Amino acid sequence: MRTILLVGNPNVGKSVLFSRLTGVRTTVSNYPGTTISYTRGFTKLGDEKLEVIDVPGTYTLEPNSEAEEIALKMLKKGDVIINVINAVNLERSLYLTLQLLERDTPVVVALNMWDDTKHRGIDIDLEKLRTMLGVPVVPTVAVTGEGIKELMESVPGATSPSGPTRSRDERWVAIGEIIEQVQHIRHRHHTWLERLQDASVKPFTGGSIAIAILVLSFFVVRFIGESLIGYLFEPLFNGLWAPVVLRVSSLMGGSGFLHDIVVGKLIGGEVNFVESFGLITSGLYVPFAMVLPYIFSFYLVLGFLEDVGYLPRLAVLMDTIMHWLGLHGYAIIPTLLGLGCNVPAVLSTRILESKRERFIASTLVSIAVPCAALQAMIFGLVGERGGQYVVIIYGTLFAVWVILGIILNHSIKGFSPELLIEIPPYRIPPWKIVVQKMWMRIYGFLAEAIPIILGAIVIINMLYFFGVFDIISDITAPVVSGLLGLPKEAITSLVIGFLRKDVALGMLAPLSLTAKQLVVASVVLAMFFPCIATFVVLLRELGVVNMCKAAGIMIAAALVTGGLLNLIL
Amino acid sequence: MPDGIAMPLSHMRPGQSGMIVKIKGGFGLVGRLNGLGIFQGKRVKKISAMIARGPVTIEVDRVQVAIGFRMAQRIIVALDQ
Repeated sequence: MRTILLVGNPNVGKSVLFSRLTGVRTTVSNYPGTTISYTRGFTKLGDEKLEVIDVPGTYTLEPNSEAEEIALKMLKKGDVIINVINAVNLERSLYLTLQLLERDTPVVVALNMWDDTKHRGIDIDLEKLRTMLGVPVVPTVAVTGEGIKELMESVPGATSPSGPTRSRDERWVAIGEIIEQVQHIRHRHHTWLERLQDASVKPFTGGSIAIAILVLSFFVVRFIGESLIGYLFEPLFNGLWAPVVLRVSSLMGGSGFLHDIVVGKLIGGEVNFVESFGLITSGLYVPFAMVLPYIFSFYLVLGFLEDVGYLPRLAVLMDTIMHWLGLHGYAIIPTLLGLGCNVPAVLSTRILESKRERFIASTLVSIAVPCAALQAMIFGLVGERGGQYVVIIYGTLFAVWVILGIILNHSIKGFSPELLIEIPPYRIPPWKIVVQKMWMRIYGFLAEAIPIILGAIVIINMLYFFGVFDIISDITAPVVSGLLGLPKEAITSLVIGFLRKDVALGMLAPLSLTAKQLVVASVVLAMFFPCIATFVVLLRELGVVNMCKAAGIMIAAALVTGGLLNLIL
Repeated sequence: MPDGIAMPLSHMRPGQSGMIVKIKGGFGLVGRLNGLGIFQGKRVKKISAMIARGPVTIEVDRVQVAIGFRMAQRIIVALDQ
C-alpha cells in the first residue's frame, strides 16, 4: 500500500485536513522509543486504498527537536508528500517546502487557509507559484472542505523536482524571489480581531483580558452544567428512573447481597441516587447526572478557547509565573487540560522540551489539578454546604500547585528552558469543528468512565460485604482520624479514589461529615494519589522510578496539606 | 533602512521595528529561530513585552512569535530611524 505523508508547520490546519482526508477511523501511535505521537488513517484514490500519516508539525527538516527528528525519519517511509502550507504566511511555510523539494519524494502543495488571504489583503498568483515550485499547488480550506477533492485529484500528478541542496541563507534568498513574484499585499486597516490580538499579549490589557476570559469561562461552565443538572438530568432521574428502580428493588426482594449490588441500599424506603451505591442508582446517576453535564460544559468552553487560538496567549501571560515552577508558559496547556481530565493532561506534557519539565508538569497536574469529574462532585456535595468551602478547596489546591512547583524547581537539577512559540491569529472557529471535538471527548469520557464506575460500585459492595473495609479502616485509623480528623471510615473513599475520584467523593456522602471534614477529605482525595487511568499514563510517560518519586511526593504532600487544613480550619 | 542604534530585542520598546543584525547563540538556537523565519537580515516589529522579564512578542512576516526574555536578549536588532 502506498503512503501519503501530511507534512507542514504547526498551526496550519494539518490535522483538520487529515481528518477531511481520512474520516473518523484513525489511530494515534507512538513513534517507537519516543514520546512523539502521530496519527494514521486511510483514504481512497480511485480504487486504490492509501495510508495517510499526519507527521508531527515541524518548521524545518533540520532536527532541532525530538519531534523534528521523528518527522525527518518518517519522511523516508512516504511515497507521496502533501505539504500543507499556510497561505497567509507563505514566507515561513515555504522554507519547509523548499527543503522537501530538495529530496526525491514527489510533493503536492496544499495552500491551506486560502479563504483567509482574501480578507487579509493578500493576493497570490497561483500559476506563477506552480511554475516556480515545479509541483502541483492546490488552494484548500480544510475547515470547510473546500479544495480537498481537487487536492486528492492532484496526488497522481505529484512530482519531485529534486532541486539543488541549498544552505539556510540560499533558501531564504530563493523564498524572497518567489514571494517577490507571487505575492502581493494590499494595504488595509487593522481589523478589530487584530487589535484584540495585540491587546491580548500586552501586560495590562492582556492580563485584564485573561482574567475576564477565565472568570467568564468559569461562570459559563457552571451555568451550563447546573442548568443541565437542574432542568434535565435531575427531573429525568427523579421522575422517570426512580419508579423503575423501586420496581426492580421490590422484584429483587428489597435487600440482600445481589440487591445491594444492583440497586444499593434504599434510604428510608426511598431511592437516594447519591448514597444508595448500586449499579442502577449511583452507578448511573454519578456519571450521567452529576459529572457528564460538567464534562460537556467544560469541554465546550475549552474547545472554543483552543480553536479561537487563545491558549498560546495565555502561555505568554503565564510564562513568568510558570518559570517559578520550573516550567515555561506553554505548560499552562497541560494544566488547563487537567481541569478536564488528568489523562490527556499528562499526555500533553509531551509538548514540553525536557524530561525535567515533563516530570514537574505531570506531578503538579496529578496532585493539584482536580479533574472535571471530581470538581463536579465537589460542587455537588461540598457546594451544598456553602460556596466558601468550595473556595477553600480551590484556594488550597492552587497554593499547593505554586508551593510544590517552587520546591520541585529548586530541588531538581536543571533549568527551565525558554519559551519560543508561534502565536496564531485569532480565528472564529466553525461550530462544526468545536462540536465534533467535544463529541469525541464526551464519547471518550463515557467509554472510559462508565465501565470503571460500574466496576467500582461492585467492588465497593463486595469489600463492604466481606468486611474488608472494616479491617482497612481500623489499620489506617491513626492517620485518617488522628492526623486528618476524619471518621476512620473515610479511608474507604481514599481507597476507591484509586478507581474513580467522582465515585470516591460520593462515598463520603453517607458519612455525615461536617463541612470542615468534607473540605479536608476533598483536598486529600484530590491530591493523594491519581486515579487508575492517570496512574497508567503516568507510569508509561515517567517510567517506574520517576512514577515512584511522584507517588511519594503526592502522598507526602496530601498528608501534610490535609493535616494542616485540619489544624487551621 | 536601519542605520540606527542596535540593541537586544528585549530592550526595544513595543511598537519599534528594525532589522536583525546578529543572533548571539549556538547552532541550535540559530536553527530553531531560523525555522520560525527569524534570522539575520530579517525585519521585525516588537508588539509587546510582559512585565517581570516575561516573554517578548514580535511580528515577523505578519506572524507573531513569543520569545522568552533570555532568548530575546540574544537577538540584536538595528532600529529603524
